[in-house]
Amino acid sequence: MNWQWLSDNSADIRSWFLAHLYLAGVSTVLGLVLSLPLGMIAYRFRWTYPPLINLAGILYTIPSIALFVLLPGLIGTSFLSPLNVIIALTLYTLALLVRVVADALRAVPEDVRLSAQAMGYRPLASLLRVQLPMAIPVIGAGLRVAAVSNVSLVAVGTLIGVQQLGQLFTRGLALSNYGAFYTPIWAGIVLSIVIAVAFDLLILLGIRLASPWQRVSR
Amino acid sequence: MNVFSGVWDWLTDGAHWTGESGIPTRVLEHLEYTALTLLAAIIIAVPLGAWIGHIGRGAGIVGMLANSLRALPSFGVLILLTVWALDRAWGTGGLLAATVVTLLILAIPPILTNTYAGVRAVDPAVRDAARGMGMSPMTQLLRVELPNALPLIMAGIRSAYLQVVATAVIAPYISLGGLGTYVYYGLSQQDYPQMTAGAVLIALLAIAGDLLLAGIARLIVSPGLQIPRRRAWYRRRPNVSPAAATTAAVEPASTDLDSEPNDPDTAGDDRRAAAR
Repeated sequence: MNWQWLSDNSADIRSWFLAHLYLAGVSTVLGLVLSLPLGMIAYRFRWTYPPLINLAGILYTIPSIALFVLLPGLIGTSFLSPLNVIIALTLYTLALLVRVVADALRAVPEDVRLSAQAMGYRPLASLLRVQLPMAIPVIGAGLRVAAVSNVSLVAVGTLIGVQQLGQLFTRGLALSNYGAFYTPIWAGIVLSIVIAVAFDLLILLGIRLASPWQRVSR
Repeated sequence: MNVFSGVWDWLTDGAHWTGESGIPTRVLEHLEYTALTLLAAIIIAVPLGAWIGHIGRGAGIVGMLANSLRALPSFGVLILLTVWALDRAWGTGGLLAATVVTLLILAIPPILTNTYAGVRAVDPAVRDAARGMGMSPMTQLLRVELPNALPLIMAGIRSAYLQVVATAVIAPYISLGGLGTYVYYGLSQQDYPQMTAGAVLIALLAIAGDLLLAGIARLIVSPGLQIPRRRAWYRRRPNVSPAAATTAAVEPASTDLDSEPNDPDTAGDDRRAAAR
C-alpha cells in the first residue's frame, strides 16, 4: 500500500466515494419506493401479476451497460450523465423488488389478514398497516440483495465516464503501465465493500426496528 | 429518433459484419468468455452445492459466502487480476484467466445457492423412498436428489448467465474482445451509434441465451417436475421466508412468456390438485 499516493489523492478519492454512495443509495431507495405500490398492485389485482413480473424479468435481462447506453436515446438524457446510472439501477432494483413485494404480501398468513378484517380494517388499510409491515422481513432480504449489487454495478458506470470509485480502477490500470501499482485498485475495492457493508447493516437495522415482533417471538 | 436511425444504419452496414472486429467475431468472443465461465462455475458450484444440500449443513456459510461475493466490485477485481497477470507477464492467456475468474465471482453464487436450495427442498418422503429402495447415499444424490433439484439448478444457471453476459462487457477494458468493444471504442471515439448498437447486441445476446437456457431446462427437467401449463400458480400462497426470498431473488424473474393469463377456469385447480 502506497499511503503517500492515497493522501496525495485524498480529495479525488473522497469525492468519488461520496458520488458512489450517492448513486448507489439514491437508486436503491427510489427502486424500493416505486416497487412498493407496484408490488401491492400485483398482489391486490392478481391479473396484473403475470404481466408485471414478466416485464420485470425482461428488464432484468438487459445488461446494465446496455441500459446505461440505451437510456439517452430513449429518454433524451445526455450520454455521459450520471442520471443514466441512477435510472438504470432504479429500474433493476424495481424489477427485482416488485416480485419480492408481491410474493411477500401473499406469504402473510391468512389468519392475520382475517383478523385485521375482523377488527374493522378496510382492505387498503389492512394492506398498508397490517400486511405490509408483516412482509418487511422478506422485502428487506430482497432489498439487501438489490442494494449490494447496486454498489458493484455503479462501478461499471466508469465505462460511460461517470465519476465514482470505479475511477480508482482505471487510474490503477493506467499507473500500472510500468510495473504493477495496486494501491488505487485496492483502495477502490475496499471502499466499495465498505459502502456495500454499510448499506447491508443499515437495512438489517431497519428490518430489526420495523419488525419488533420477531424479537419477541424468539 | 436520430440516435436509433444511426444505430440501424450502423447495424445494417455490411462492413461491420466481417473481419476481426466484425459482429460475428465479437459475438463469438463474448460467448467464449461466457461459456468458459459458466462451465467452470457449474463444475465448481453444482457438486459443492449438492454436497452441502445433501448433508444439510453449512447453509449459513454458503449464504454468507454468496452475499459477500456479491459485494465485490467486478470491475475492480478484473483490474486487480489484470495488473497481477501483466506483472507476471502471462500474456493474453493471463488476461483471459483474469476475465474468467472475475466472471466466476458473479456466476458461482446463484448456481451454488440454487443447487443447495434445490437439493434441500427435495420432499423428505422421496428421499426416504430412495433410501428404502437400498440406494447408497451417492446414488440417492445422483439419481434422486439432483434430478429433483434440476429446475432450481437451471434457474441458477440462467441467472448466472445473465450476469456473466452483462459483465463480460468489461473485457475490452483490458484489451480483450467481445461485444463490449463497441461500447468501449464508441465511447472513446464519441461514436454513439456504434456504442448504442453494441448495447442493443448485448441485450439481444442476453435475451436469446436466456431463452435458449429456458428451452434446455424444459428438455432436461423430468416431465413430472415441469410446471403444468394451466396451473394457477399465482393463486397459491407461497411459503416465503427471508432466506427463500434471497434465493428467489437469485432466480431470474424469467423471460419465458408462459405465465398463465388469469383464467377463471383454473380457479378450481388448487382444490383438484389437493384431491389428487
